[in-house]
Formats: sequence, C-alpha cells, structure tokens
Amino acid sequence: MVTILFDGVAYGMLLFVLACGLSVTLGLMNFVNLAHGSFAMAGGYVAATLSTRLGWSFFWCLPAAFLAAAVIGVALERLLYRRLYRRSHLDQVLFTIGITFMAVSAVEWSIGPQQQSVAIPAMLKGRVELFGGSIGVYRLFIIAICAAVMLALQAVLTYTRFGSQLRAAVDDARVARGLGVNVDLVFALTFAVGSGLAGLGGALGAEILGMDPGFPVKFMIYFLIVVTVGGTSGLIGAFLAALLLGIADVAGKYYIPEVGAFIIYAVMVAVLILRPNGLLARGGR
Amino acid sequence: MTGFATSIGDRARWRWLELVFWLAALACAFLFPSRLLLFNEIAILALFALSLDLILGYAGIVSLGHAAFYGLGAYTAGLLAKHGFGDPLLGLAAAGSVAALVGLATSFLVLRGSDLTKLMVTLGIALMLFELANRLDWLTGGADGLQGVAMGPVLGQFEFDLWGRTAFFYSLSVLFVLFYLARRLVNSPFGLSLRAVKGNALRAQAVGTPNAARLVAIYAVAAGYAGVAGALTAQTTQFVSLEVFDFHRSADVLLVLVIGGAGYLYGGLFGAIVFRFMQDWLAAITPQYWQFWVGLMLVTLVLVGHERLSRGILRAVASATGRFKR
Repeated sequence: MVTILFDGVAYGMLLFVLACGLSVTLGLMNFVNLAHGSFAMAGGYVAATLSTRLGWSFFWCLPAAFLAAAVIGVALERLLYRRLYRRSHLDQVLFTIGITFMAVSAVEWSIGPQQQSVAIPAMLKGRVELFGGSIGVYRLFIIAICAAVMLALQAVLTYTRFGSQLRAAVDDARVARGLGVNVDLVFALTFAVGSGLAGLGGALGAEILGMDPGFPVKFMIYFLIVVTVGGTSGLIGAFLAALLLGIADVAGKYYIPEVGAFIIYAVMVAVLILRPNGLLARGGR
Repeated sequence: MTGFATSIGDRARWRWLELVFWLAALACAFLFPSRLLLFNEIAILALFALSLDLILGYAGIVSLGHAAFYGLGAYTAGLLAKHGFGDPLLGLAAAGSVAALVGLATSFLVLRGSDLTKLMVTLGIALMLFELANRLDWLTGGADGLQGVAMGPVLGQFEFDLWGRTAFFYSLSVLFVLFYLARRLVNSPFGLSLRAVKGNALRAQAVGTPNAARLVAIYAVAAGYAGVAGALTAQTTQFVSLEVFDFHRSADVLLVLVIGGAGYLYGGLFGAIVFRFMQDWLAAITPQYWQFWVGLMLVTLVLVGHERLSRGILRAVASATGRFKR
C-alpha cells in the first residue's frame, strides 16, 4: 500500500516535471504544443547516450539533458513557434503534430527503434524500508528533485521580477510591452525553461517510463491531461493534477489491471465536462 | 425571395468539372486494373475525410479523435459479418447508425468549451474507445485484431475478389451516394445555417438559428459517415485491428483534409488522392520513415498557410468551371 502510494507519487512528480513546461506554454501563453513530448524525448536520449556510450556520471547527464532540450526548444521557438502564437488552435495542433512525427521518425532513423536505458549509479539502486513499505531509492531521488523543481518554479513565478514580467506578458502582451517588458525575450526564456524541464523529466523518467521513439505520442495524452485537468491558472493546479494522475494510474494498474488506462481518460473527460477550465479555475476568462 | 432561391440553386447546380471528376474516378478502374486495392483505400479515405470536412469545414468543430467513429463503424461491420450477418449493405447501415448514435450521444460533451476543450475531449473519447476495444478481447480479439470476418456478396450478386474489383466499385458507389447526399445537405438551408453558425455564432443566434441543435445534428451525421468509412474498410479487407482507433488515424485524416482544403467537399477527395499516392511513393523510397515526410508536409502547410493554399486552388477551380459553363 505504502509502496504503491510512493510509486504513484514519484510517477506523478515525474509527470509534473515533464508537463509543467506545457502547462506554461498552453496554460499561460495559450499555445497548443503537442510536440512537448519530443523535448522530453530529446532529454532522455541525450542522457542515455552520454551515460551509456560516453560513460558520463548520471548526475552530469541530468543538467546536460536539461540544457540540450532547452537549446532545442529555444531554437524552435525563435525560428518557428513564435510565428504561430496568434494563429488558430487548429493550426498549432497541425504544426506541432507535424513536428512530433518528424522527431519520432528522425530518432528512429538515426538511433533505431530499440528502447534506450540510462545508466543509474549504484548508490541510487536498491530499496529502503520506510513507513512499513519497501521503496526504491531511485524513486525517492525523483521525488526530491521534482519537489525542488516545483518549489523553485513557484518561487520564481511569485517572487521574482522575471515572474511578474511573465505574468504581465501573458495577461496582456501589448500593455506589458508598453511598460518596457521585453515580451519576446520573456517568452523565449520561458519556453527554454519549459523545454529544458521536459528534457530533465525525460532523463529522469527514462528508467521508469521507458524511452523509445514512440515516447512523444505515447505520453502526449498524459501531459495534456495534467495541463487541462490542472487548469490554466498556475503551477499548483498542474502539480495536483499530476499527483492525482500518477497515483490513480499506478494504483489502477495494480488493483484493477483489466480496466487499464480507461479510468484516466474517463476521469479526464468528466473533469473537462464539469469544469471546462480545469480543477482550480480562475474565474472569468 | 426568388433571389435567395436562385442563389441556393446556383450553388447546388452540378458543374461540368465535377462530372468529369467522377467519370475519371470510374475510368481509373478500367485503366489501371492492377491498382484497384489502392484505389479502394483512396475511396474509403476520401469518405472519411469528407465526414471530417462536414464538421470542420462547414461547422468549424475541431476534432483530434475522429477515428473514434471510424473504428466504431469498422468493429460494428466486422462483428456483424463474423456472427453470420454477412450482407455488406446491412453492415454499412448498422455501422453508420451505431456511429451516428454514439456521435449524437457524445456531441453534448464535445460541443461545449473552447477549441482546446474540444480537441481534448474528442481525443479522450477516441482513446477510451481504443482502450475499450483493447480490453474487450473476447469480443474484438484485442491486440490480435478481429479475425474470421466473412462477407457475403454485395447485393447478393458480386462476390469480393482478390484483386479488389468488387471492393473498389462498391466503395466508390458508396462514396458517390454519400457525397451526393452531403452535397445536398450543405447546399440546403440547413447547410447555409451551419455556415452562419461557423461564421459568427452570436449573430446566427440573433437571427434565430438554433445553434446547438444544428451543431449536434451535423456532428451526428459526420459520425455516421465516418462509421460507414470504417465499415467499408472492415468489409473490403475482411479484418479489423485496434489500429482503427489509433491517434495516427485521426491525425492523418486531418492532414488529408488540410492538403485538400476544408469547406468545399472535394477537399477530402483530392486530399485523399494526394495523400495516399504520396504515402505510397514515400513508402517505396523510405519504408519506415515516411512519417517524417508527413510531418514535414504538415509543418510546411501550416507555415505557408493552408487557408491561402486552398483558397488559391478554389479560385482556380472556380475560374476553370466558369470557363466551362460558358
């Protein structure tokens, strides 16, 4: 029971780190980025390659994965995505599906369709006894990192100048520009951090979620669930949604395996119908 | 009033070029008898895209899960045939009705909220059906697919053959009949009111259009069309796999419609032809990676602007037909 709960929390935390970038672009910047999983895949592959082929330490692979995904993200944003901010959702969906298909095929072509694994150091393997359950050390590690990321993000958004600039740019880009906020820069930085976190999540999650070329499509729906169920008002909603999803998914697969992923989709549709703006919706809008 | 009536009549009149198009489609069967299986697939894909065009092009409803109805139709027809009701037309009718009913039932979930909510809910429904078909393996065969689909002859006369002759003529006839009906539908006052709702929902409501009822109706009709397309696939290939509910299928049909252009019915048909030939050609060059080129195509289409593209094609077609009319 404790084990399942812990696994669920770790899984949910992982989903949060993977999806929080999307929650910012989709929720705050109102851009439907179905290619978000591709950034996570990029991070996962970078970590896998560095750790197994070049023998880098796992702890160096994580920042490398973050950086790689952030660089790819910002390049794409500057070159392509920014042209689409004002386009219809349909255009954005078509465009980002296209990017996803390309990323999937490109990885399959250049690296191959087999599953990738990240070499995890010995000190993170094994299990410990805690609260009467046996818990993987690696899962504890994930929970710690993800919690730190979550707190840092929330602090940046709420207390720093950059955070208030971002919120201003999102609320009304024109007025923010008029007040001297460099909106383009703010969006680009936000996009970079979001993609980077996806990359970090991909690197962390390669062991648990599995990393193969199908990753962006397979997990796209999970990210979208986190964001839409969590609502667009901020990170707390996405965090709660991710935790809920993680625990529900792990517990569901353990207790009632024959129902499988069905429950999650049903819950998502139900939440969207009852609360179209998410669990913690901000009024108005 | 007469002016209005003639303007509807004008829209609804069959143009020269359209007849040429359909005759050319028929002629293909005799000119290239070895490619009939491919043509059959094109006809089915065209029908599927036509159904998406009805909601996207005419009513402005975005969907990322149109495969839900396609899959429902395919499984309905497949299961009927497996359990002894092998008459193809019966299967089509059943598949279309089941899909339309589910479309009607889910339309109330879909037709609320923003575009984003619509995308998510349609996607969610398709995924739920995928999971359902996966789990109910005693009924659907699960991941192995539905086997033992035994079709009877079409109209009691024409047996399905190995070369897809019957299949192609059957699919093309169904496509033509349903296309004809769709054409009638979108040029009727009902179709015009749909365009009004798409153009400006608030104003349409103000002149007395029952917006919600219109959208529900067209969503159910489109679902039925997609169901028939799925049924055609099940019947002509005599096999149904889980892949009918796949996300790729919903994305592909969107691409087909975007290639052809939405909102003038022929878009789905042209798109299907271009898409399928392109797929065939690319798959011959790079067997596994043709998806890359599909993605590239989507990206370029959006960047160039598909509305601009399709409007250009429309204008070309219009001027061509105009020349023919004189």
